[in-house]
Amino acid sequence: MPQPEKCRYTKSHEWIVVEGGEALVGISDHAQHEISDVVFVDLPKAGRAVTQGEGAAVVESVKAAFDIYAPAAGTVSAVNPALAGDPALLNRDPHGEGWLFKLTGVDLKQVDALMTLAQYQDFLKTAH
Amino acid sequence: MNVAAGNRRTALYQLQKEAGARFVDFHGWDLPVQFSSILKEHQAVRNACGLFDVSHMGQVWVTGKDALALVQKVNTNDAARLAPGQAMYSHMLNDRGGIVDDVIVSCFSSERWFIVVNASTREGDVAWIRKNAEGLDCIVDDQSDALGMVALQGPSAKDVIDAVCPEAAALPRFGALEARLWGEDCVVTRTGYTGEDGFEVVAPNAIITRVWQTLLARGTSSFNLLPCGLGARDTLRLEAGLLLYGNDIDENTTPYEAGYGWVVKLAKASFNGKAAMEAQKKAGPGRRLTGLRLLERGVPRPGCKVFIGGAEAGTLCSATFSPTLEAGIGAYYAKAPVPAPGAKAEVEGHGRRFAAEVVALPFYRSPNRI
Repeated sequence: MPQPEKCRYTKSHEWIVVEGGEALVGISDHAQHEISDVVFVDLPKAGRAVTQGEGAAVVESVKAAFDIYAPAAGTVSAVNPALAGDPALLNRDPHGEGWLFKLTGVDLKQVDALMTLAQYQDFLKTAH
Repeated sequence: MNVAAGNRRTALYQLQKEAGARFVDFHGWDLPVQFSSILKEHQAVRNACGLFDVSHMGQVWVTGKDALALVQKVNTNDAARLAPGQAMYSHMLNDRGGIVDDVIVSCFSSERWFIVVNASTREGDVAWIRKNAEGLDCIVDDQSDALGMVALQGPSAKDVIDAVCPEAAALPRFGALEARLWGEDCVVTRTGYTGEDGFEVVAPNAIITRVWQTLLARGTSSFNLLPCGLGARDTLRLEAGLLLYGNDIDENTTPYEAGYGWVVKLAKASFNGKAAMEAQKKAGPGRRLTGLRLLERGVPRPGCKVFIGGAEAGTLCSATFSPTLEAGIGAYYAKAPVPAPGAKAEVEGHGRRFAAEVVALPFYRSPNRI
């Protein structure tokens, strides 16, 4: 599973990491902490093409719903099957077992332009 | 932190902030929405106990020779049935039968009454009670600004309350007593808003932090108590079928429509809204608050549209994920004839429809309730 240092980050708190021909997408530890108590995750269908910034999933906590945006353009190739039975995985292990979906055909230029972990941590400091 | 500038804060704000609470705006107050986790706090109240700051709520003393007459006039429930040391849940109505507020009324003598009102309606309530007091010999004293209030809720609450007020443990359900705590006049009632056994302690702001800290220390050391926020308060009260003013009821809904006809005592000589209530009881309410449970995973929210047989049937006024039932639940006003439990429905959210069914209210009855 991807180390936080290897991921790139969006201002809306998703992470993405490209390994081989496939990219893995999830939400940051900061995001899971803010969302808290995840009870339902609505994931995209495999085969769906998404553009960068497009709403691709919805994470529901007890209190509110949060849209999850595609960090880069691509095609959904798989979704995390474990989240259906255990949505709290997203809280327990956001960078590991709580990943959301995989993308193929990712626009690598878009990924490269996203924040590194250090940049994201600076962003969190200034955004709050 | 999601707080608004210029909001009011309770006497417990600083303590709660230090305890890691996240705050949210609630009708002009900065109140904790959660301390640790809404799910954990919810389960603590169902299985052990939880402690809530509810200091935003209002407290009004009604005293004097005609105090009972005033309390009777503004309430649908029958205060004449209360002996000193007893409390009741009641609705206050306008002349059309619309709900001005839902309240808890405690009797300490025929000339001493204590009414706990909602924060969002407090000013209007006090003005309404005062207007009704015209010509009567009694004093309406709004003490909300001087008083704090905490709710200790859950099956272990009776063991924890001992740390602050030992005599309260002997109160029956809806019992009320006046106590001197740390030299100050306080009110303790065996009431709450969670569907569990529990107590509510009203104390002057000067000592409410001591009440909080003492209950917290006793409860966390021996009874798995958690401090709880508004998030758990909402999931707990909705599971228990308790109404939230502003969501489920307002000046355009009536007790019969809300499924709370039992608080309307038509045998009383007179009270505000009585004629409207008699007429509605005779004709039958044209709509009724109706429970829905999602049959697939998803979380309904207030404002989501409800469909029955494919046709739009209403809008959810309260809705959430029920931690106890592990399902989405919500309530909406169904037009008469109201669909029976088991009837199929759909709830719209995120551009899709979730399968649901009509269920009887409340969604959950605690086996621990006294």
